[in-house]
Amino acid sequence: MVNDSVKIGLEIHQQLATKKLFCSCDSDLRDEVLYRFERVLRPTQSELGEIDRAALEESAKKRKFIYEVTPNSCLVEADEEPPHELNRDALEIALKVALMLNAKIVDEIHVMRKIVIDGSNTSGFQRTALIAVDGYIETSFGRVRIPTICLEEEAARKIEERDNAVVYRLDRLGIPLIEISTAPDMKSGEEVREVAQTIGYILRATKRVRRGVGTIRQDINVSTGQGRVEIKGASRLNMVPKWVDNEIERQRTLAEIAELLKSRGAEVDRTIYDVTDMFSTTQSNIIKGILKKGGKVMAVKLKGFSGVLKSEKYRLGKELAERVRVIGIKGLFHSDELPAYGITDDEVSKVKEMLNLSAQDAFVLIAEKPDKAKEGLERVIERAENAIQGVPGETRAPKDDGTTVYLRPLPGGARMYPETDIPPIRIYESYVEKLKESLPPLPAVRVEELKNMGINEEIGWQLIKEGVDDIFEDIVKKYGYPTIVARALLNGCEYVDYHKIFQNLHAGKFAKEAVDEIVERVCNGEDIDSVISEYTSSVDVDAVIDRIIQEKKDLIYERGEYAFKPLMGLVMKQLRGKVDGGLVSRKLKEKLNMYIEKNK
Amino acid sequence: MHPEPGDYVEVRTKKGVFKGILMPRNRFSDENVVILKLDNGYNIGIVPEEIKIIKKGHFEKKSHKRDIPRRDYVPTISFIGTGGTIASYVDYRTGAVNPALTAEDLVFSVPEIVEECNVRASILFNILSEDMRPEYWIKIARKVKKELSHAAGVVIPHGTDTMSYTAAALSFMLPELSGPVVLVGAQRSSDRPSSDAYMNLLSAVKVAKTDLGEVAVVMHATTSDDYCHIHRGTRVRKMHTSRRDAFKSINTQPLGKVNKEVVFFQDYRKTGDETVLMDRMDEKVSLIYYYPGMDESTLESLLMDMHGAIIMGTGLGHVGTHLLPIIEKAVKDGTVVGVVTQCLYGRVNLNVYSTGRKLKAVGVIPLEDMLPEVAYIKLMWLLGNYDIDTAKSLLSKNLRGEISDRRMITW
Repeated sequence: MVNDSVKIGLEIHQQLATKKLFCSCDSDLRDEVLYRFERVLRPTQSELGEIDRAALEESAKKRKFIYEVTPNSCLVEADEEPPHELNRDALEIALKVALMLNAKIVDEIHVMRKIVIDGSNTSGFQRTALIAVDGYIETSFGRVRIPTICLEEEAARKIEERDNAVVYRLDRLGIPLIEISTAPDMKSGEEVREVAQTIGYILRATKRVRRGVGTIRQDINVSTGQGRVEIKGASRLNMVPKWVDNEIERQRTLAEIAELLKSRGAEVDRTIYDVTDMFSTTQSNIIKGILKKGGKVMAVKLKGFSGVLKSEKYRLGKELAERVRVIGIKGLFHSDELPAYGITDDEVSKVKEMLNLSAQDAFVLIAEKPDKAKEGLERVIERAENAIQGVPGETRAPKDDGTTVYLRPLPGGARMYPETDIPPIRIYESYVEKLKESLPPLPAVRVEELKNMGINEEIGWQLIKEGVDDIFEDIVKKYGYPTIVARALLNGCEYVDYHKIFQNLHAGKFAKEAVDEIVERVCNGEDIDSVISEYTSSVDVDAVIDRIIQEKKDLIYERGEYAFKPLMGLVMKQLRGKVDGGLVSRKLKEKLNMYIEKNK
Repeated sequence: MHPEPGDYVEVRTKKGVFKGILMPRNRFSDENVVILKLDNGYNIGIVPEEIKIIKKGHFEKKSHKRDIPRRDYVPTISFIGTGGTIASYVDYRTGAVNPALTAEDLVFSVPEIVEECNVRASILFNILSEDMRPEYWIKIARKVKKELSHAAGVVIPHGTDTMSYTAAALSFMLPELSGPVVLVGAQRSSDRPSSDAYMNLLSAVKVAKTDLGEVAVVMHATTSDDYCHIHRGTRVRKMHTSRRDAFKSINTQPLGKVNKEVVFFQDYRKTGDETVLMDRMDEKVSLIYYYPGMDESTLESLLMDMHGAIIMGTGLGHVGTHLLPIIEKAVKDGTVVGVVTQCLYGRVNLNVYSTGRKLKAVGVIPLEDMLPEVAYIKLMWLLGNYDIDTAKSLLSKNLRGEISDRRMITW
């Protein structure tokens, strides 16, 4: 799959587990809604002092935003109070990440406002700051450059989209985000996966990133020499190679289609024809239904497109359908797939005749209310014209089956201007040097440390991936049992008090065989103390050992210290499964030595 | 050639070479740092070793003169620019907040205004709200009178910090009006997509088209962009540092509200045939905030040489009893002394406690439920336009709706 014209870049957004970036609210998601308010956002005057009239009308018609206030949002999120100074805790984490990515930290950080008027920011702009440049990581495919690392505020969470309003919740607005953008240095899906994974490890190595669904988001930019396609929200690592490789394939096919269309001299007739009359007696239920509601059947003529819309190799018809589905049109039909859907051969012939089509020509029908049908066909015309040129730039959404679907055009160049409410932050060399000394170990180094604590490399990587390597180290250093601790952490869930379990195990309350069950039961919601007490053996270990020592006095007299092994067998016969063997062994050794000492 | 802001430059630093537009210095920036706007739009500060100019550039200030079509079926509204957030815009390249250069700039940030009225716009002065002074109130009042002979109403975009002071001053200086005088401000500058300036300004225009013969303040009623309140110029106060709905009518209901239409909640003075101007002000008036621990000499110095003083007392209108002799002396010396409450809400009453009775006995005038700032301006105006006895007697009389005799439990 490696090809020189393939250029893939990655953009990763990771939420930080700190307070919010410009106020003192907590960074978590809440269901509790305390209050609602409504706002309108307006396009502002451009640098030239002009307002785009169309954009203004658009905003006047549709854009009402309803914001839900949560306990973790204050006047800052409501755009009712100026932002506080940039959160230094979040900045320090971001700077550490930048250093781990070998980037150069700028000497002074300036917060910018990036205009966003879809309502996801109450202010109408997102605050963002470029903190480091010129980083890179090494991968098994070679070096991948990371030109920019930014620290920015997360947008509000979209809850609902209504006809004339969008509902956003303010819990997420303002959570610090690190944005890491790579250069388009990658060539394949597998390489993108490795890069994403490596950056993910580095982010988690700080132990200060938020975990769980939606806390890390990835966008992948794929270009095969023509348009740039952004796959938005491609966050599932194991799906990344599929999404990328399918996109490369899609772009190649589109390039092939463009060659074919050019060679045929294909062109798009921009006229929109009303072909409703051809369907006056139609048996197609879809079309009948739409005509009954006052809809029309409209058509466009695509000269030279026959066989390109749908055949063994080509599926341009799907691309056309995607373009109109985003405005709610499902009834798009094209000549490569007809007759079908109750549309007869006769009707197809009549349309072809009316549009005066030759054998190489194709047509597209949309059955809808007249205005909507026209709007849809205008999109079809635009997309079909693009097809003659090659691959259009666009934003696509990833799907579970490994393919992607058209979402929207690429965002235009962002308008950015300085955030004057926040003073710039000077980053001195001495501070950077101090940060360099306190960097967490890179994942590859960390794995070696974990291996030395008594587990294998694979388990080590898993612990790092799950972000539980620190708690693993803590427990193992205190109580031992590396493999059991690792297994418990990897099988268990977040809210188990692992320290408590291993403290009790170490104290001999239960046998190590019980750990897995205890963890599982606590994960299922049972109370940790009562589960532990259930497993705690009622056997008095000391009494059992004392009794056996008394019974086997002769043996001890004969063998001295070497009586340990047979005695251990006898004790364990009674305690196996109830008490941890290590503990029994320690106690037996102690008591045996004491007995020998006394009876010398 | 020396690199200047606006130039496209190449900067060599310890960390590598950066290219971008050289930005003006930021006064919060470190002095060793230059600010560069990179090609990706971000600004960064870097310590340069060498700056090379790749292409000379410059920041130009642009002002746009536009032709505004005049139509007969809509009234003419005059806009008098005075400065403030509502009249400022951001230079997107430098981030500097600049005053709107022309009144047209201001009006055209809300194009819907042109559908409501014919626009007559001028900039009277451009000051920060906190730099407002009585002499500017006089300028505005004179300008209003002049404009009302050409326009059906006047809209005055104003900084919010002292907007209620100006509203009160104009209320007294313009006892009769041939058209509404509407002050309006913004808590978010109009360069922001979320600015409250649009709705406030548009609502102000709608009020300026009514038959309200008073000075009003029109601002957001709630945190939502749903409707504006119309506040009487003598009853309004900025009650929050930053919220959109910072302006509240105190001790009364708002005059009305505006969303699509203007709705009045209560009676108001109607516009008359002409505009009367009484624009003299006696600036020898002080506004004194009493606090526990205020000593005699402090109060003495605040009263020194004053023709009048408004004391913001505690609760029902009290000051420490140790200050009574100072106040008594000032009154005897001819200073007009009125008392209002720092509670803002509620009416002063000097009959309930002995300190109140003593204050009354020494000649302090209880000023009902008047706002402190309003009482201060009213006394300046009274002393400027009337003899002292008349001033004294009018101070506690309701002239412009600044005093009410009833306060309802439901407000």
